Formats: sequence, structure tokens, C-alpha cells
Amino acid sequence: MLKRYGAFILAAGALAFATGTADAQTPKRGGILKFAVSAEPPNYDCHGATSFAFIHPVRPHYNTLLKFDEPNYPKVKGDLAQSWTVSPDGLTYTFKLKPNIKFHDGSPMTSADVKATYERIATPPAGVVSIRKAAYEDVASIETPDPQTVVFKLKARNASMLTNFASPWDCIYSAAKLKQDPKFPEKNVMGTGPFKFVEHAAGSHWVGERFADYFEKGKPYLDGYRAIFIRNTAARVNALQAGEVLAEFRGHSPADQTKLVNALGDKVNVHESPWVCSLVVTFNTEKKPFDDARVRRALSLAIDRWQGAQALSKIALVRHVGGLLRPGYELAVSEKEIVQYPGYGKDISKARAEAKKLLADAGVKDLKFKFLNRNVPMPYTPVGVFVIDQWRQIGVTAEHDQPETKAYIGNLRSGNYDVGLDFNCDAVDDPNLQLLKYISADKSSINYGRYNDRKLDDLYEKQKRELDPKKRMALLRDFEKHALTEAYTFPTIWWHRIIVNWKQLKGWHMSPSHYINQDLQDVWLDQ
Amino acid sequence: MLRYTIHRLLLMIPTLFGVAVLVFVLLRMMPGDIVELRLLMDGGQVSPEALATERARLGLDKSLWLQFYDWITGIMVGDFGTSMWTGRPVIDEIGSRLGLSLQVAIMATVLAIIIAIPLGTIAALYNNSWIDHAIRVFAIAGLAVPSFWLGMLIILALLYSFEWIPPLTYVPIWEDPLHNLSQLIWPAIAVGYRYSAVATRMTRSTLLEVLHEDYIRTARAKGVYERLVISRHAVRNAMLPVVTVVGLEFAFLIGGLVVTEQVFNLNGIGKLFVETVTRNDYTMVQALVMLVAAFFILINFVVDLLYAVLDPRIRYS
Repeated sequence: MLKRYGAFILAAGALAFATGTADAQTPKRGGILKFAVSAEPPNYDCHGATSFAFIHPVRPHYNTLLKFDEPNYPKVKGDLAQSWTVSPDGLTYTFKLKPNIKFHDGSPMTSADVKATYERIATPPAGVVSIRKAAYEDVASIETPDPQTVVFKLKARNASMLTNFASPWDCIYSAAKLKQDPKFPEKNVMGTGPFKFVEHAAGSHWVGERFADYFEKGKPYLDGYRAIFIRNTAARVNALQAGEVLAEFRGHSPADQTKLVNALGDKVNVHESPWVCSLVVTFNTEKKPFDDARVRRALSLAIDRWQGAQALSKIALVRHVGGLLRPGYELAVSEKEIVQYPGYGKDISKARAEAKKLLADAGVKDLKFKFLNRNVPMPYTPVGVFVIDQWRQIGVTAEHDQPETKAYIGNLRSGNYDVGLDFNCDAVDDPNLQLLKYISADKSSINYGRYNDRKLDDLYEKQKRELDPKKRMALLRDFEKHALTEAYTFPTIWWHRIIVNWKQLKGWHMSPSHYINQDLQDVWLDQ
Repeated sequence: MLRYTIHRLLLMIPTLFGVAVLVFVLLRMMPGDIVELRLLMDGGQVSPEALATERARLGLDKSLWLQFYDWITGIMVGDFGTSMWTGRPVIDEIGSRLGLSLQVAIMATVLAIIIAIPLGTIAALYNNSWIDHAIRVFAIAGLAVPSFWLGMLIILALLYSFEWIPPLTYVPIWEDPLHNLSQLIWPAIAVGYRYSAVATRMTRSTLLEVLHEDYIRTARAKGVYERLVISRHAVRNAMLPVVTVVGLEFAFLIGGLVVTEQVFNLNGIGKLFVETVTRNDYTMVQALVMLVAAFFILINFVVDLLYAVLDPRIRYS
């Protein structure tokens, strides 16, 4: 009898567990997701924006042609595109669009809208700012043989085209609206995305509501979302701790992570990932003695990146030692290989002895300079202090100069500095984006080292055109080795992304970029 | 009096013009550029062409004289321009946030007056007693403790005790009084405490002076009840400098809620000020400085007029 009931109880328990598990995995409909954003978008035009503060509130209103496959980043998948083919010569990209896609005003979305959108990005009309124009400079023409098909023809092969088409910034706009006014997206939010625009209270919040006619049936799960702008870090963490917001999608410092986990325990999930951002030391090569590669290389050799990564990871959001591409990225250098690069060896005494010799060879004694840094506490200040201390150990004195952001950027861009702590942070790992910092100043507006190096330009161009991943990898290694030997600009320690969200937030996936996976269409609330 | 009032009102025009010139010149001397800041703050490749397009769109490619002329002639017809950061009219941006800051400032002022006048009076009447010492400690602590720090303590106390913080989204008091008050009472206490400390000390010291005046002695000699001596003769006359302090502190609050609004994430003028200055949003900063300057001038003017009302000996002619 007992045995029979025991079996029944066991079976019932198993069923309950199975149901519970299934319930936990089955998205629930409803609820408003409240999340914090530490800055605010100035206007509403995706094509002219660069900040995550734009992506987090605005992206849920839009779709892109492709997007990143969240759990399998950096693989891409269709967003508006149902399927696509690339011609064997790599010059023609043909996209078939998903059926029955509507804009929020009820009008159908067709290939004409995709064409108008990409023409706006590649050849912006007068007065329209297009930030990613260069990404589509290889596009020769865009054709629309039928309303569901769009064909991009390229002038030259480009290994990053699929990544470009998955860019979170390439929001698809209505051709009709753009025809009426090319600046329509600056002041209006009207896309095909999972959420319709409701309200933007400047300085306070942004509200989106579920788009009932969204083409992905059953999605989005949320009734809506409310992005609350909280600039002050302590206020943001307090808001999370109090449950006023359930998430913040940019990242937390280790100290804030500890505070939240101590306070909320198992009520929160902690997500961690290497981050596609790094702080880089850059030299004004127009100033002596930083025009001498020996001096630059000496200052790179003096930095103990391996010990520094361990120590700094406890207090700052940096953790990973890497070359020019994010450690862990499929095209990045391995640890085995990177220890051969100048400044990356694990014997720091030997490296510092070499650094001192290089300075002596260059005739540089008692080197003193101002080290320009941004007055942002995390992670700029601790990394700046760390680097200065490392240089002190080879007899170099650097004065930490931390003006506010606008003066910092202004000084970097105008060359009004000796040595600076610059940042390299774009939406994705793609080498065409990440290496722009390192190519010649006459080809890249973000090369603040003010140098021209044709070898780097040549290698950059070759890797850009190379569709074979192995060959591209080899070119990237050549680029990296040369850049780090010349040491015009070199990475310190790569960032580490930490996200602490309340557990009832489901369906959101961590990624190495705080710019992607923010359409919220798969996010739901377990409450 | 009327002539004096008109004269003072007319004097406001050159004062404000001076402020306008000063703020325009100083802002242009600041390093950095709103376009670079907006497009390069988070990294990413932005072409010089895109930067130039944006500068042209904002009118930053015009000469400084032309920019100043456009701005000043706009003000004359009530057009303060559009924010360079958001593209929205400056008046709308400020208007949507002024109410919140005014409410906090008014609440803090009311709190300060309610606390300061009785405490200052008691301290003066019980001069050098333990009550006086206790009140002086309260006042000195209020001066020593920065409002934003007190604000942080309040938030942390609420968070750790009740797992609650004030609401983050502002709702006007007429829409939901409870929500509104539960959000604004805490910053009002944080800034009101310091405010009350200033006013308490001023009330105490002026009342001590007044209590030694001849007319107080005369009133007492005439047999007037002590309560009436204090309330009708002493306190009323002691209020003159207190009114000045209250008025100026109120004006300071409007421009000075900067850090407190950050701590409580209040979408007021103080927060807007910090944001616009860090962004180099010229048109917004210019308008905000003009607003605060106008406020100071106006408050000073009102205080001067109140002098005449409170003290019959003062007549402006």
C-alpha cells in the first residue's frame, strides 16, 4: 500500500517538477519591464547615433535586416530577413524578407523600405548625419526585384558585410516617411519593432507599449517597458536594490555587484562576460620623445598586464589581457601567442629591464609627462592610476590629468596632450570596426596618435577583403604584431561586463556588447 | 515708491544683458564641443564629414557675433532657441522641470521657516541655557552637513529599513498627491535642514540684538505682557534680516539643487543644469543662467520691497 502510494507521490512530485520546470521555461505574457539607463538619447535617429543610451530605450521600436543570434554570438540570424544568400564571388547579397511585416502606423514594410533605409545610411541627404556611411562604401547598388526581395551589389568584397547588416544602428525606416522628410526619424519613432512608442519625458523616462501587429506571432511577451534615466551611479544601484527597476543593461562595477548580491541574494541573477571595450594608451607621435618607437615600446613593456588584470578586476570593471581584438573572440590572438608580443610577456622584471634599456638607447632620462585621462571613475581612474604606477617602476613620472569628458575628447582629437588613456569601444567585435583606431590618421578620424603607417593600412585593407577566416586570421596577426611593436597605441586591460538583474527578468541573453540584443522581443517577466 | 519700483525694474535690463554677454563669452571659452561629445562619447568611428554636418545643423559654423546676435534677438521676442542636445525648445525643456524644483524649494522653505523661527526664538529667549546650546548644535550640524550627504543617508536609511526608495518618476501633485509627496518630501527635508539651520541662527542672533533695544525696554516698562513684547515687538523687528536670508536662500535653492537632484534622481532644474553643462549645450546653459540670474534679481527686488512693508521707517523714494 505504502509502496503504491509512495510511487504515486513520487510520480506526482516528478510531474509537478516537470510542470514547474516547463512553466519556468515557458514565457509568460504581460507586465511592464522597468529598467535603468545611465544616460539619455539626444534625438531619435538611429543612423546618427553612437551611444548605448540610444540603443537601450530606442532599439525595441525597430528591426534590422539581420541581428545577432544571442546565445551564439557573433553568429547572425534574420531579423526582418527570412533568408539570405551570398554569391560565390562575395559581391552580391540577396535577402528575402519575412512576410506580413507592418510598421507601427499599419503600413506594410517592403523591400523599398530597406532600400530607402540603406540609401539614407550610405548616401545621406543634406543635413542628415550618417555615422556608419563608411560601412557601406562598398555597396554599388541596391535593387528590389519584388516587394519581398532586396539585393545589395558590392564594388569589392567585404568580410564584414553580414556583421554590418546586423548592426543595431541600422533601424529600418519607412520609405514613405523618409520621402516626406529625410529628417523624419530625428523627431519621430516609427518602426516595425516589437514595441510602439508612447512617451519620452526628457530627463525622466521613456515608455514603449506592445505592438499588437508585430510580425513574430505571440511576441513580444511584455505589455510594455519603461526606461528610467538615472545618471547617478549610486542612485541607479539603489533603484535596483529597492526593486524600482529590475535591470540595467550596460554594466556594473565589482563593488556594485557585491553590494547588490549581498543585499538581494538569490533574488538576482549575475551575468558576466568579457566586454568588447578596452582602454588603450595612445601617444601623441607628433611630440618628442613619443615619435620614437623605442620610448613607446618601453612604456608598454613596463606594464604588468597579467598581474594588473588580477588586481584591477577586484575593484574595476576590467579583467582580460588581450591584443587588439577582444580576448575570447574567434579572430582574437591566443594567450600562447600573445605572450610573444612586446609588453605581454609574463616575466615583468625582464620586460622592465628591456624597457629601461630602450629608454637609455633613445637618450631619454627622467621622462616626465602629463597623462590625459577621462574624469570617469569607472574604469578610467583606477586604470590610469595603475598605468602611472607601472611607469614609475622604470623611473618614468606621469602626472594624472583628468578633465571632464568634453575637454578630454577635445584634447585627444586636437592633439593637445602627450600621452592619453583612450578608449576603443564599438558595437561588435568585428575587426573592420575595432582596428580603425590603429590605422593611419589620414584614413581614420579616431586615430588620436596622429601617425600614418602604410603597412598597417595595407594589412587592414587586405583583411577587410579576405573572406577565408584562416587567411584573415593570419593577416590580423601580422597587423597586431606590427601595431604592438610600433606601440603607437596599445591596449591596457580589456573590460569585463557584469550585469545584475532581478530573477523574474527572463529571456535576456548576456553578450560581450552592451549595444546588441536589446530589442526586448524575447524578454518576459516571471511574476 | 512707485518711481523706485519702476527704476529697479528698468535696471534689471542692463544687468541681464551683462549676464548674457558674460555667459555667452565664458561658454565659448570652455574646452570641448557638443558635437564631438555627443558622437564620440561612447567610442565608434565618426567621420569628420559627419561632425561637420552636425555642427552646421546646430549653427556652430557661424561666427560668434552672428551666434550672439541670433540668440539675443531671439530672447527679445521671447524665443530662447532650441537645445543643441535634444533639438527641443529650451522653454519647453525648462518649463517641464521648473515645477518640480520650485516645489522642492517651496517645501524646503516652508519646512525651514516652520523649524527656524520657533527654534531661533526659543534659543534667544533661553540664551546660554542648555536649550540654547542644543538648538545651536542642531543649527551648526545643519550648516556642516551637506544636503546631498544627508540625502544619501535618508535614501540608505529608507532602503535598509523598508527596502524602499522614493519613486523615480515625477507625478504632479494635482494628479497624485501621495505619489508626489512621497517623492519630494525627502529631498525637501535634506535641503530644508540646512536652510533651517541658517535661518535659526539668523533669527536667534537678530532677536538677541532686538531684545536689548530701547523700545523693548520701553514696552516692558509700560507693562506690556511679555508674550506680546516678544511676538509683536521683538520677533517682528527681528524678521527683517531673516527675510533677506530666507529670500536669498530660496533663490540659491532654485539654482542650487544640483547635487541633491542627482542623489534623488529628480528631473528638476539642478539636474538639467549639470547635464547641460557637461554636454556643452550652449543654448540650454545660456537660458538656465539667465533664468537663475533673473530669479536672483527678482528675489532681491522683492526682499527690498518687503523691507518697506516690515519696517515703517524704511521708505524708498
